[in-house]
Amino acid sequence: MRAFAELYARLDATTSSNAKLAALQDYLADAPPADAAWAVYFLAGGRPRQVVPTRVLRDLAIRLCGLPEWLFEESYQAVGDFAETLSLLLPESTQVADESLQWWLEQLLPLRGLPPEELAPRLQALWTRLDRQSLMVSLKLLTGGFRVGVSKLLVTRALAALAGVDAKRVAQRMVGYTDLAHQPTPQRYLALIAQESAEEHAQRGGQPYPFFLAHPLQEPLERFDAVLGPPQQWLVEWKWDGIRAQLVKRDGRAWLWSRGEELITERFPELAQLAAALPDGTVLDGELVIWKAPPDSDEQAFGVQPFALLQQRIGRKTLGKKLLDELPAALLAYDLLEWQGEDWRSRSQDQRRAQLEALVGSIGDARLRLSPRVTGDDWQALARQREASRQLGVEGMMLKRRDSLYGVGRTRDLGLWWKWKIDPFSIDAVLIYAQRGHGRRASLYSDYTFAVWDDSAPGERVLVPFAKAYSGLTDEEMRKVDAIVRRTTVDKFGPVRSVTPTLVFELGFEGIALSKRHKSGIAVRFPRMLRWRTDKTIEQADTLATLQGLL
Amino acid sequence: MELIVARPEGLYCPPGDFYIDPWRPVDRAVITHAHGDHARRGNRHYLAATPGAGILRARLGEDIDLQTLPYGTPLEHHGVTLSFHPAGHVLGSAQVRLAYRGEVWVASGDYKVGPDGTCEAFEPVRCHTFISESTFGLPIYRWQDQACIFADIDAWWRANAAAGRPSVLFAYAFGKAQRILHGIDASIGPVLVHGAVEPLNQVYRAAGVRLPETLPATATSKGDPLLRQALVLAPPSAGGSTWMRRFGDYSDAFASGWMLLRGARRRRGVDRGFVLSDHADWPGLLWAIEQSGAERVMVTHGQVNVLVRYLTERGLDARAFQTEYGEEDDSLEPTN
Ligand SMILES: [Zn+2]
Ligand SMILES: [Zn+2]
Repeated sequence: MRAFAELYARLDATTSSNAKLAALQDYLADAPPADAAWAVYFLAGGRPRQVVPTRVLRDLAIRLCGLPEWLFEESYQAVGDFAETLSLLLPESTQVADESLQWWLEQLLPLRGLPPEELAPRLQALWTRLDRQSLMVSLKLLTGGFRVGVSKLLVTRALAALAGVDAKRVAQRMVGYTDLAHQPTPQRYLALIAQESAEEHAQRGGQPYPFFLAHPLQEPLERFDAVLGPPQQWLVEWKWDGIRAQLVKRDGRAWLWSRGEELITERFPELAQLAAALPDGTVLDGELVIWKAPPDSDEQAFGVQPFALLQQRIGRKTLGKKLLDELPAALLAYDLLEWQGEDWRSRSQDQRRAQLEALVGSIGDARLRLSPRVTGDDWQALARQREASRQLGVEGMMLKRRDSLYGVGRTRDLGLWWKWKIDPFSIDAVLIYAQRGHGRRASLYSDYTFAVWDDSAPGERVLVPFAKAYSGLTDEEMRKVDAIVRRTTVDKFGPVRSVTPTLVFELGFEGIALSKRHKSGIAVRFPRMLRWRTDKTIEQADTLATLQGLL
Repeated sequence: MELIVARPEGLYCPPGDFYIDPWRPVDRAVITHAHGDHARRGNRHYLAATPGAGILRARLGEDIDLQTLPYGTPLEHHGVTLSFHPAGHVLGSAQVRLAYRGEVWVASGDYKVGPDGTCEAFEPVRCHTFISESTFGLPIYRWQDQACIFADIDAWWRANAAAGRPSVLFAYAFGKAQRILHGIDASIGPVLVHGAVEPLNQVYRAAGVRLPETLPATATSKGDPLLRQALVLAPPSAGGSTWMRRFGDYSDAFASGWMLLRGARRRRGVDRGFVLSDHADWPGLLWAIEQSGAERVMVTHGQVNVLVRYLTERGLDARAFQTEYGEEDDSLEPTN
């Protein structure tokens, strides 16, 4: 456990990916496979369900420390992280031992579901075996709050380096590794770092490929020629506002995977049906959307429906005929990863696209559509077309180098995809609540709730909350806001403080929809702070009417 | 009878007509220790414990009107008997004991209860009313033995030296820096110091505190092979300045009680945080208060509300004193 806790500390202490990679490699090189199996599981984002409710841990800790409850809360407020607080408050361990990570998980995981009176003595006995650092990490495992700022890609690279196997291959093997369905075992870990074998490709079942992801393009238009070269070198498509998905057809069966590597075949029976027409050994990459044929009069429009409708489909467990008729799904295909049982990721974008066009054409099913190419003589011409994005229901454009191979995650060595998104909606809003952040920002008030003015009631202007945001500020700005929050606190509710409104921020967001669940009647997608409007007073912030006007 | 009250100028003793650590200029100032927030310029007359004289003069000027008094020696003034007792915080730091008509008050300034070898260790003083700081007044703050911390610092320095990389350790120039110098294993490599640290080293050496040989960092330039094995002690304000350029590819660390929390370590943005404080931790505060035997406790700078409430719930008469301390040493969490 100590080695794993030390790995956690090393990863936590640095923001450099090279330093993180080195820490991962050091750990994996020494760890027994049974431990490495679990370490990879957690680091790659695996989350067993919460083992012990936070409430039970808190009560037990308060009892063991002999502290009044308010003092525990004060301490938690100062630390900002539950597991860290407990590790600092619990009595110093007297008989520190150093059992393996696997041994610890064998002790901890079976605690799930035990009544508090049985948990208390068992946890107390276990905790005396841990030094502070290990105690904190084990508490994070218990509460399901283990996060350490390592991407799956980084874990994959560390494993690939250790095994001397291509990172794409390791990424392929990692698919499904963090599923709740099966626990990490030494065998599964050793399979991750095994030498490549001839049968490996044949035995992959319904496994998808790791998704290749695009980078945001933030250059001004004038620099496009210099940075990108002429548009003729690029395959340009619309950026769809749906769910990225892979449709896998092998051995007469179909699997639909979302980008989170979640199997969603059963939620979209029409696509499973469509896959019947695909030849075995085919894997398509595309965007899952709700699609309704646009009225004939509107030649420009696409049939893609707002994301909120797609969310309704995902949310449903049972799919009646009515729902399937009202909200029909389609796959907008834009890549071909496997064809006739062969991995096509090392072929160029052009080659893959040509075969994809031929395939989609031959199927002739409205539920499988080709994500159309957008063409223009120069970047200015494309930029003009892009201005219609909002009317078209898309988020901007995707630029894919025509000679790109299909990479893994956010790699850029094999190929390059850019997302050239339209500017987000923006609005000036007032900060009214603040909450402590997580991880790196745990002791700062870094998560905020924002409000706009509601002028609808006569004579009285009130602020109505409509969005929460926690990203977009520099560390320096965040420290300043934190200080102001502390100075202007009106009330505390647990980790949340209400403040006297004084601060105005420009918020950006990607989408906006009506919502019954929000006080303001409006829900926005991906809100973030674009800048701190120190030049504005709260009276100058936007109104609910302005927000409604964006609908 | 109130022997000490909070006035806009500082903590004031009405029967004695003098101030303790005033933050505005007054006629008579009794100084607990030479940190900038407790010992300020501009007072007419200063009284301090004898071992603190050198530092006070170095910081406030050779020409101040300073009277000194050895620890434990009583001095009578307007019927108030005053004596100094070691506070274990920095060289010359003192608790001020005041006795008047059978009533005893102790103003402890800043204190630390564990001995550290660079100043006289904290000595509990019985009193009716105890004035306590509360910098680390939360139960999360429990210090490890300083030997463990020095072993960690040595190990970090050794690993850097093996990799041919300077080890830059940020610490407050007065007190913390000398404590580190006294505690480390100087055989690992050369020790370089920032210009703000060396004058204080000299005062410590003159007071008989054993410190290893130190070289001015300015005597080196970028690429100097000496740097590759060196430990460099610098005040936090040197971080990010051009002065740092000479060190090239270095590892940095910060020594402070605040480094106990991950959030504070991350915000500091250094490679390592060493949890080393010159203030009492939570058990230390409670121990000192208990040892004083006081029924009444006045809480100053830090976690005032927390400590007042905790002591009140334990049956003591605890109150808050508004002060302006906590700006120069590590009484305040560093923000840059
Ligand atoms: Zn001090
Ligand atoms: Zn102080």
